[in-house]
Amino acid sequence: MHPLRGKAAIVGLGITAQGKVFHTNHVGFAVEAVELALADAGLDRTDVDGLLLNPGLSWGEASMGSFQLQQALGLRDLTLSATMNLGGATAGAMVAHATEAIASGRCSVVVCVFSDAPLKPPRPESSANRGASQGSAGTYAFARGFEAAYGFFGIPAQYAMIARRYMHVYGLTQDHLGSVAVAQRQWANRNPRAQYYGRGLTLEEYHASRWVVEPFHLYDCCLVSNGGLAVVVTSAERARDLKQRPVYVLGFGQGHPGGDPVDTLVTGAPLAARQALAMADVSLADVDVVELYDCYTFTVIVSLEDYGFVAKGEAGPFISSGNTAPGGSLPVNTGGGQLSSFYMWGMTPLSEAIIQLRGEGGERQVPGAKVALVSGNGGVLSTHSTTILGSEV
Amino acid sequence: MDERVAKPLPPQTPDWLPFYEAAARGVLSLPRCQQCGSFRFPPRPVCPNCLGKDFAWQPVSGRGEIWSYVVMHQVYHPAFADEVPYAVVLVRLHEGPKMLSRLIDVAPRAVQIGAAVEATFLPAGNGLYLPFFRLAAGPAT
Repeated sequence: MHPLRGKAAIVGLGITAQGKVFHTNHVGFAVEAVELALADAGLDRTDVDGLLLNPGLSWGEASMGSFQLQQALGLRDLTLSATMNLGGATAGAMVAHATEAIASGRCSVVVCVFSDAPLKPPRPESSANRGASQGSAGTYAFARGFEAAYGFFGIPAQYAMIARRYMHVYGLTQDHLGSVAVAQRQWANRNPRAQYYGRGLTLEEYHASRWVVEPFHLYDCCLVSNGGLAVVVTSAERARDLKQRPVYVLGFGQGHPGGDPVDTLVTGAPLAARQALAMADVSLADVDVVELYDCYTFTVIVSLEDYGFVAKGEAGPFISSGNTAPGGSLPVNTGGGQLSSFYMWGMTPLSEAIIQLRGEGGERQVPGAKVALVSGNGGVLSTHSTTILGSEV
Repeated sequence: MDERVAKPLPPQTPDWLPFYEAAARGVLSLPRCQQCGSFRFPPRPVCPNCLGKDFAWQPVSGRGEIWSYVVMHQVYHPAFADEVPYAVVLVRLHEGPKMLSRLIDVAPRAVQIGAAVEATFLPAGNGLYLPFFRLAAGPAT
């Protein structure tokens, strides 16, 4: 048995208001998330001795971001502080780092935080700002100089370029992509926290939605959100005396394949999952809920295949047949995911796994969920983390 | 395009200048590692294949195939406002490296992965020329 398996547990979860919320900035959202997570755990900020921050875009270069956050939170005598960024793979990496710090005796309570505030409040229409860009497009539109000269901008376009090649090689269709959005919307309609709660989505509505960058429609893209999300990690021993049902860290791994994913059409999932599953001593068949990073519908397709739940090229038909939707054989992104609930990078799938393993999913609860696989992807399919969580050791 | 708004210029750091000098002469030129012989793009100081430090700019065929493409619909920069929707293509050059570009004289929805293309050169502002691609007769490689 792996020496770190089940040694740590997630005991607190804090999710701030999400989406078009403008009452504070990225630091304020991080502070709120930590307060909520500590209260959820029944811990005080004086209990915290480790702080890990995944800075969203609003943190800028985030020079010493975790120190900025420590000051904002008034935390004293930390023995671990780090600003970590593997893009969407960071949440899993933070939980792993926290587990290692706790297992080695270096820390007793580690808080892992993400926050961002890329959305700007709507402004009254005036001659000065008429037609000015609002919303997320500007924030995620960074481009390397050479590519901008050709009009190639934004993270959506980078994923779309790989997705189009994938469609050509593996026969993935626009209907397949749409089926991911529809299935996750069905989950979101059972999650009151989801921004699309109460708003259904049919495949016809998907096809009718505007293009962002072909082959991505609006509903292929995640809901860029303002907000913060934090989790509290402590030892399994201490976890048993705290407020919430512990969610044990059974296994973790990372996979950063290098090379160019538009050639390989493979993520780091195979490499990361091999470590995480072996450490957790579980197989894919033991996984009850799958929470995949879903910045785009396509990311769900490629991840599901790379983990081996289905073979390469089979995720589209698998999802189109309803297998991942509520009532299906393999519950995937049970809160609606980044596509239909909120986009907090890798914290979105991590938080939903915690909710499911605590049995707090309400209308969307997967009955008897004991093992969750959490997938994080960043750097346009170039960084990857896998975390296996369990309600029992 | 809107004549009042210039398109973004490509990088003009010293490592890029030989690229534009060749482009202005209608030649596609790429850095080639003097140790392992592999071409690379964009320019960078070390060969990612063998870590060789010596390289030389060398003309290449300018031929390749469409590896993938997207169709841009959002206006991220005002200079492209009158062009949407437009396709941006990823060309895999015969010599190996891939290069982002635009395919001229082809409608966005008519772009086909695998199509054989060849470079042509158009002014990109500030006296710089950039490679664009057009459909080529014959096989891709």
